Amino acid sequence: MDRFEWCDGNLYTGEQLVEQQTGVALYDGNEKTAFEFGTLILTTHRLMWRDQRNRTCVICLPLSLVIYLEEQPSGFAKSAKIVVHLNSAGANKGSGPFNQSSNSFIRLSFREAGEKGFLRRLQETLQQKKWATSVPGPSGTNPQLPRHRPGIVGIERSLDQRNKETDKNITAAFADLRQLMEKAKDMVNLTRTIATKIKDKQGDITEDETVKFKSYLLSMGIPNPVTRETHGTGDKYYTELARQLASMLTKPVEESGGMMTLTDVYCRVNRARGMELLSPEDLLHACELMEILGLPIRLRTFDSGVMVVQSQSQNEEEIVNTTTVLVSERNSLTAEELSQLLGVSVLLARERLLMTEKHGGVCRDEHIEGLRFYLNLFLHPPS
Amino acid sequence: MADFEWPWQYKFPPFFTIQPNLETRKKQMEAWCSLVLTYQRHTKKYSLDVTEAQSSPLFHNKAISRKLSLDGIYTILDELKKRGHIEWQDKVRKQCLVMWRTPEEWGKVIYSWVSANGMNNTVCTFYELTEGDSTTNQEFHGMEKWLLLRALKTLEAQHKAAVMDEGVKFF
Repeated sequence: MDRFEWCDGNLYTGEQLVEQQTGVALYDGNEKTAFEFGTLILTTHRLMWRDQRNRTCVICLPLSLVIYLEEQPSGFAKSAKIVVHLNSAGANKGSGPFNQSSNSFIRLSFREAGEKGFLRRLQETLQQKKWATSVPGPSGTNPQLPRHRPGIVGIERSLDQRNKETDKNITAAFADLRQLMEKAKDMVNLTRTIATKIKDKQGDITEDETVKFKSYLLSMGIPNPVTRETHGTGDKYYTELARQLASMLTKPVEESGGMMTLTDVYCRVNRARGMELLSPEDLLHACELMEILGLPIRLRTFDSGVMVVQSQSQNEEEIVNTTTVLVSERNSLTAEELSQLLGVSVLLARERLLMTEKHGGVCRDEHIEGLRFYLNLFLHPPS
Repeated sequence: MADFEWPWQYKFPPFFTIQPNLETRKKQMEAWCSLVLTYQRHTKKYSLDVTEAQSSPLFHNKAISRKLSLDGIYTILDELKKRGHIEWQDKVRKQCLVMWRTPEEWGKVIYSWVSANGMNNTVCTFYELTEGDSTTNQEFHGMEKWLLLRALKTLEAQHKAAVMDEGVKFF
């Protein structure tokens, strides 16, 4: 039993699972051990035993130590056993549950049967001697590093090594990005000069050219985005940000039916800002200020938690009325159908229907085919 | 069941989904309660088995392939219970007694029939009342005995009748 060592239960590279059997107890010679109820796993290199109650408890035995096998058939109140005779362990054996043992054999007791098949596979595996051809090494770890470096120093050293590696990876990854950012700065500067030129030479260049320039600027995004560097960190940053968002979003929001989900807003804004990306939190804070600042668009949270930016002209009553009319015209609608009708996202269409339901305009029909909304005939019965 | 006139709601798919909007649900509940009671009355059934009811046309409209869920059925039965129209017969709530009229109402119906036929101060057997030839055109004809007894008890409480072993005396 002293040939066993602790292990993590993972296979080495080149090692393959051959067979496993549950409900196996280990005997040290003829004596019972604490390893009473576990899964016995046979691989091409080792014999592993994993406790079925405490799955972190795994011990293993290299197959190279096995000399020969012996079968003990089951008897009255006795399960079938395989006796495994073992060589003494090598010098480089890891720590195990037993430091020494007087027995040079162990017994595997198959309490849930399966010993016949296991014995056959074990014999086959022993004959193949795969462990001799491919030397097992723990998978995944760097072969340069010795696997067990004892003590705190070892842990510190391996942590250090890992940090260095990460650092190197990050630097390599961002080297390209830095170049891109420098180029982008030039681009931003260019747009800025164009913008000022347009302002300066308002009369000198033709209307056509102005439009052209402006479209360039638009495709490049926001010429001078509000950033923490230019506008500080406090409330001022958020109010300025809110104003800028309102000026750039009002039109697209109107175009998309008076409502846009906050995720869409986030994508659009960051697409327009290009390099000076906004964090979701900053965006949310800025949007929360829109109502206080009296801007033409504002943030609205639906009961379901979905947040949208909504144009001020869009009020609840109107949505309820239009949705009710749409539903009554078509007898019934799903969120998908409404989204196609209005050209808004399914999520928003759903919110519209739920809001209308809350106001009693429509009622629902939950069916396998999905959620449909009908005109609320309960409250307005047909005459 | 061909002659049963279903209400318009029965052909309306949302009727088979318990509505989340409270106001809407109230109307829906009213419609369901009256449907259940008129249906039971039409089929002259005095009890309802929840498991059976799931597949009965009452809760399953095959024409529009809509079916009220078990939860929905219980919601409606709870509402009916609140209104005093049903009574559970077991703790697991599988069987219930349905009274499309409350015992008091039945009492009145019976008493008015008794008065109309000049049977005050006479003794009738229960059999006479529910199965007798003279009551075939009455609504309480074929009524189950437990309900009849309850109806008569309410009359007894009002000193309009005295219940005996297998009969009753009206005053």
